[in-house]
Amino acid sequence: MIEFTINGRAVSVDADPQTPLLWAIRDEIGLTGTKFGCGIGMCGACTVHVGGRATRSCITLLGDVAGTEITTIEGLDEAGNHPVQEAWRNLRVPQCGYCQSGQIMQAAALLHDIPNPSDDDIDAVMTGNLCRCMTYPRIRKAVREAATALSGAQDNG
Amino acid sequence: MKSKDISYMLKRFLLGILAVAVIAAVGFGVYTYKPAMDPVARDDQPAFDADLVEQGRILAAAGYCATCHTASDGAPYAGNYPMETQFGTIYSTNLTPDVDTGIGTYSQAAFRRAMHEGVDREGNHLFPAFPYDHFTKMSDADVDAIYAYIMTEVAPVQTVQKENELPFPLNLRMLQSGWKLLFADFGRYEADEAHSDEWNRGAYLAEGVTHCGACHTPRNALGAEREDAQFAGAEIDRWIAPALTAGNPSHVPWSAAEFKSYLESGVATYHGVAAGPMGPVVHAGVRALPEADIAALSIYLADKVGAQDDDPAGSAAVMASLKANRPDPQYRGDLGARLYATACASCHYNAEQIAQGRPDLGINSATNLDDPTNLIHVMLDGVNGPVGIAGVVMPGFRQALNDEEITAIAAYLRDKRAEKPAWANLATTVSEIRAQGRAAH
Repeated sequence: MIEFTINGRAVSVDADPQTPLLWAIRDEIGLTGTKFGCGIGMCGACTVHVGGRATRSCITLLGDVAGTEITTIEGLDEAGNHPVQEAWRNLRVPQCGYCQSGQIMQAAALLHDIPNPSDDDIDAVMTGNLCRCMTYPRIRKAVREAATALSGAQDNG
Repeated sequence: MKSKDISYMLKRFLLGILAVAVIAAVGFGVYTYKPAMDPVARDDQPAFDADLVEQGRILAAAGYCATCHTASDGAPYAGNYPMETQFGTIYSTNLTPDVDTGIGTYSQAAFRRAMHEGVDREGNHLFPAFPYDHFTKMSDADVDAIYAYIMTEVAPVQTVQKENELPFPLNLRMLQSGWKLLFADFGRYEADEAHSDEWNRGAYLAEGVTHCGACHTPRNALGAEREDAQFAGAEIDRWIAPALTAGNPSHVPWSAAEFKSYLESGVATYHGVAAGPMGPVVHAGVRALPEADIAALSIYLADKVGAQDDDPAGSAAVMASLKANRPDPQYRGDLGARLYATACASCHYNAEQIAQGRPDLGINSATNLDDPTNLIHVMLDGVNGPVGIAGVVMPGFRQALNDEEITAIAAYLRDKRAEKPAWANLATTVSEIRAQGRAAH
């Protein structure tokens, strides 16, 4: 049994410790917002947060996350209103949408570490999240908008 | 000269040699002989003071006793952990208070003798895989505290001791006393008046209970730490224990602040995380010490490295590495740079300053060592939850990237980010480490 916390809820999964974390999240725990893309940590579709850091769940072994705290797209904000999600909706970022939960999780982690990123910073950190619909200009714009919303919220807070 | 005289002189000469040999043998025998100490019944043990037991718990953690005295599938302190030495595998012994197979019959005096002199209760010499050459520096009070802790808190477990795999004559315990005669420097830590109390406290801990030199000091052909090369760096469990001297090649010197952060939380902003064999040293070990002790250790170690406590944030090396990490608007012609941008930069990128949870790989210790081993281990197998930064996981790329790709990323980091000469053995090291399989620590 491998125990950890997901979206604030304690879970224990009875599976081979070598199982990719993504499999456990989708098939064992039943949270399907996190997507399978390339399976080798090269496209970012499977990004979740482990200990607050963006982590590619397709190459992360289940046994390695014992005792950690994991957040998926479903737990980023209870009502789906994280500033990054709001910016995504305002700017209608997704096209087909498949990569977007990974993009949003990566962007949220980026803004946590680098609250006011330059375009260079956004490009450097988001390059590992591929989008076959080429929504990159909107992604970059939405990250900037979310950054403004987040820093504004902090200033007023 | 008559032949009778020659024969007389030869006889005297041979007798003289024999006399010297006999005296040496007797002397060695006297030095080697250690009496058995009386067993004590566990019921006769007085209850220990709770503060003493707690002090012992902290010191036993700081000495990571349990790390080497616990097998991967065994009970804590029950021994049989295999230690691979250059001479063969030695299995650690059962330290639980079990009377038959553990140390349940050890009196406090017998435990002190084991820690200070490397001799078990029955008078056998212990192998120097047990670092009594460090524990000999510990005060009686500290050794007694560990004794109180083990006798009070550790559950007795009966075990079957595995046989050491040492070739004859290295398996003879009697000969261990010769090793001691040659290499062990017995006696409690003596303060160095030229240094502050805090430095001396750090030295007492580092050279004694935490036995840093056991891994970070290279050993001679007979497995003893080389006195002339304290902390010069060495190989341990197929990882590199980097130098803790001015010879450490990190871009940013290991200052007291860096050491303190590393020993307290397992991460140093300008050097990286405690992983591999160092993982349990921090996470199951020294971080149990009170803050003042970790500060003292850090001051002592930074002095050994010769590092000033300057803030490295604005240093030329840090600025250069940050700049080199910014995206190049030119096409990324290099495979390593491309793969880095895709696979690594989502976490290993920083803007104005290096954030602690986003290690800068140009500055990181592993990229700056003369040997790529540590970097390759982490690239292939990542850093799991309990080690590194607690609760954070770096996935390994063993299944995702082939040797050529791992090599390309490492070469890019070494050349473009650390700006150090290329590793000559990089491609072969990658294949070798991959072939070793995923090691558990």
